[in-house]
Amino acid sequence: MASLMKGRTGDWEIVIGLEIHAQVTADAKLFSGASTAFGAEPNTQVSLVDAAMPGMLPVVNERSIEQAVRTGLALNAEVRLHSVFARKNYFYPDLPQGYQISQYEEPIIGEGEIVIDLPDGDSKPVGIERLHLEQDAGKSLHDQHPSQSYIDLNRSGVTLMEIVSKPDMRSADEAAAYIEKIRSILRYIGACDGNMQEGSMRADVNVSVRRPGEALGTRCEIKNVNSIRFVRQAIDHEAARQIEIIEDGGEIDQETRLYDPDRGETRSMRTKEDAHDYRYFPDPDLLPVDLEQSFVDRLKQTLPELPDQKKARFIDDYGLSPYDASVLVAERETAEFYETVATGRDPKLAANWVMSELFGRLNKADIAIADSPVSAEALGGLIDLIADDTISGRIAKDVFNEMVETGKDAAAIVEEKGLKQITDTGAIEGIIDTIIAENPDNVAQYQGGNTKVVGWFVGQVMKASQGKANPKLVNELLRKKLDA
Amino acid sequence: MSIDKATVAKIATLARIKVPEEDREALAGELSNILGWVEQLSEVDTDNVPPMTSVVDAVAPKRKDAVTDGGYRDRVTVNAPAAAKGFFTVPKVVE
Repeated sequence: MASLMKGRTGDWEIVIGLEIHAQVTADAKLFSGASTAFGAEPNTQVSLVDAAMPGMLPVVNERSIEQAVRTGLALNAEVRLHSVFARKNYFYPDLPQGYQISQYEEPIIGEGEIVIDLPDGDSKPVGIERLHLEQDAGKSLHDQHPSQSYIDLNRSGVTLMEIVSKPDMRSADEAAAYIEKIRSILRYIGACDGNMQEGSMRADVNVSVRRPGEALGTRCEIKNVNSIRFVRQAIDHEAARQIEIIEDGGEIDQETRLYDPDRGETRSMRTKEDAHDYRYFPDPDLLPVDLEQSFVDRLKQTLPELPDQKKARFIDDYGLSPYDASVLVAERETAEFYETVATGRDPKLAANWVMSELFGRLNKADIAIADSPVSAEALGGLIDLIADDTISGRIAKDVFNEMVETGKDAAAIVEEKGLKQITDTGAIEGIIDTIIAENPDNVAQYQGGNTKVVGWFVGQVMKASQGKANPKLVNELLRKKLDA
Repeated sequence: MSIDKATVAKIATLARIKVPEEDREALAGELSNILGWVEQLSEVDTDNVPPMTSVVDAVAPKRKDAVTDGGYRDRVTVNAPAAAKGFFTVPKVVE
């Protein structure tokens, strides 16, 4: 997909790499037994280890290791049986240790590759550079006091996975698709809840520009972007900024920037030049993590069917388009809902109902599929009524609305409201005869060669039957009568 | 490997240690001596020897994923130079 950006002096290619920080789903922190639950009172989920009291020793949480390995497997990446925790040294008030325990030269997961699904139905591979485990920092609140920042260490020490991509993306669309896919995979395997509002997933976005075919340009890193929408905006603004500087004869400084969504711009962080001198070294408080291959193999057995496998199966088994399949598999709950609806029914009809009618309703009301007012079984029941010609597709939409409102099942609504389709030829012929008799002008038009008027007749018959006449029968019978 | 005064100033800044100008020369000498002493290790042939990150021949102990700690905010903040409403407080740091 060519997605070049136009400058004043020609086309530019945007090159994007992403670092995604994902909070690992676990009850306790990476190196302590304090809780990770969201939204607690400040500093109530802090152990003496998290507060970096002297003499406290970190002990690694086995679930954090397992989740990292499972994620590595799901990203088709190399699981490194030997990895080392290292200290990344810097000072900030929300980092009581004075260093973050992370992994540097020896991460737990090496190179991998995922496939992203683009809006036009195309797919594209994106390389994974590495995944490592690290501690989250605490949270600073700057709006509580005129001259003080308030520090809450509840997040301090929570397990993060940093997933680093290769610079393989070329547009904001691709970056968004990458984040969607990572989020989808993490949620499928239960390694991270993917909740960007609560900060469970954040992204650092590396952006550079170059003339197509030339060497990589100097990149800028936009830190801590917390929604996919902002990632898109940040990329577009930053690329435009860089192109303008270069076209004006300037050079890009490699630096860390922040995206300001209110102003729609990125700006340089006023950090000192030394700030990136982290002086990593292996953490002497922690032994290396050495894993057995059998441990990795056992974890592999715990992986569910992943989005790409499910997508391929939906295309093969149900005959769905790649785009429809990728939409339906993005969330595990949606995929399960769809399969329940589709089983034993027309899979394309089921996909249409789930994707247009149901999603439309859910999105409008901002409801998750798990809380859908119409269950998969109930929607299946409605589709059965269409399939056996009990109701027409048009009536089905009214029935569906009624199902959403009342929670009743389709058959009951059809019965109650007398919506059953009229397939009795005699009854339909009766209606047709009346309409033909009442509209001799239109009949004359038809017989004079204007066959388009048949549509008008169909409409009149449908109206007279309150939408209940079988449209196919109406068509057939009408033509027969008009041609007679 | 020898360390000059500028390097002393830089690592002092990174470590947040205040080193007066007049002490830097002497420190540069001392640090250079220490590094020179450690550098003797490079005389040993370590090709094909994996780096040793610990002298303990043991597998890293792991903890179960269970909440066993925390819930004592007062103990956590008792030594803080300043605290309010359960938070640590520090002079304002805004990026």
